[in-house]
Amino acid sequence: MLETLKQPWPWYVAGALIGLTVPYLLLVGNKTFGISSSLRHLCAACIPGNVKFFKYDWKKEAWNLFFVGGIALGAFIAAFFLSNPDPIVLAEPTQEYLASKGIPDTTQLLPAEIFSWEQLFTLRGLIFMVIGGFLVGFGTRYAGGCTSGHAIMGLSSLQWPSLVATVMFMVGGIIMTWFILPHLLTL
Amino acid sequence: MEKIIQPIPVAQSDLAQRELDAMCVNESELKHPWWYNLKYAAWGVLFGIVFVKAEIVSWFRIQEMFRFESFHMYGVIGTAVMVGLISVLLIKRTKAKTIYGEEIHIPNKEFNKGQIYGGLIFGLGWAITGACPGPLFAQVGAGFGVVIVTFLSAWAGTWVYGYFRDKLPH
Repeated sequence: MLETLKQPWPWYVAGALIGLTVPYLLLVGNKTFGISSSLRHLCAACIPGNVKFFKYDWKKEAWNLFFVGGIALGAFIAAFFLSNPDPIVLAEPTQEYLASKGIPDTTQLLPAEIFSWEQLFTLRGLIFMVIGGFLVGFGTRYAGGCTSGHAIMGLSSLQWPSLVATVMFMVGGIIMTWFILPHLLTL
Repeated sequence: MEKIIQPIPVAQSDLAQRELDAMCVNESELKHPWWYNLKYAAWGVLFGIVFVKAEIVSWFRIQEMFRFESFHMYGVIGTAVMVGLISVLLIKRTKAKTIYGEEIHIPNKEFNKGQIYGGLIFGLGWAITGACPGPLFAQVGAGFGVVIVTFLSAWAGTWVYGYFRDKLPH
């Protein structure tokens, strides 16, 4: 049993469990699934400043913070107690491409060549971590949701603005991957 | 007939404020002690395990996805949407109530230009960091300490958006 759990989980198992988050949250507390809002609640809780957007009773949204706290804990459990000793099986063309860009090691969750404390103070590290993170936080709130709130919750409840957002997520990601990343990876 | 104008209750205007650009707001009249929130934490734990075990939090999987070289992430998101869609249909069809007997309400998302501009900006960031907000929490939990920097930056990004919100096209 434990051995089976330690293997990488197939997409249909993961997809089904993630999809079930939608009815779970609705049924246990009338909550709609969304993760990026947690960043807004953290702003409201810690540094609201004088910004109207952050002036609300964030405690009423505390469930969302419990949820993301759980995500971090679950990831810890999976990484330290259920981890798969074998490296991730990446598609060959992706592997070859990344190796040609100086990232031959695909065994970890993130490329250690880029995401490390030593790299943080290089131009490349700064772009991947600091600027990349900023774009995620700024963009998701501007769009009013992220992959969970728009792509999963929004599409599940047939909201067309969420389809627009999801298409734009993909467009942004494709532009970055195909036209900008090739230059950034070799900085 | 006399029309009675009622002032908006405080709770309701706060709801409107929280609903602004958010997908995940619902007003419940129920007052519960804090530990009722543990049921969300518990599902979060399961969610975090799935994230890591299905390699959804892997930067490499996101690269594969945007390079169209693997079906994995499309399978995950596609299945999640199908399961979510069927669940929402069933909940609506059966008029299911929450476990506390409240009527289930899914707020409608209003279209604004933010979904275009913001979506594009997030997409750019997603492909660089290999993470949407959920996986950021999971990557830190999985032991990638340096992702705290990415996370703090995302937090700052959200704050800066809030600060300039009125000046941005919506």
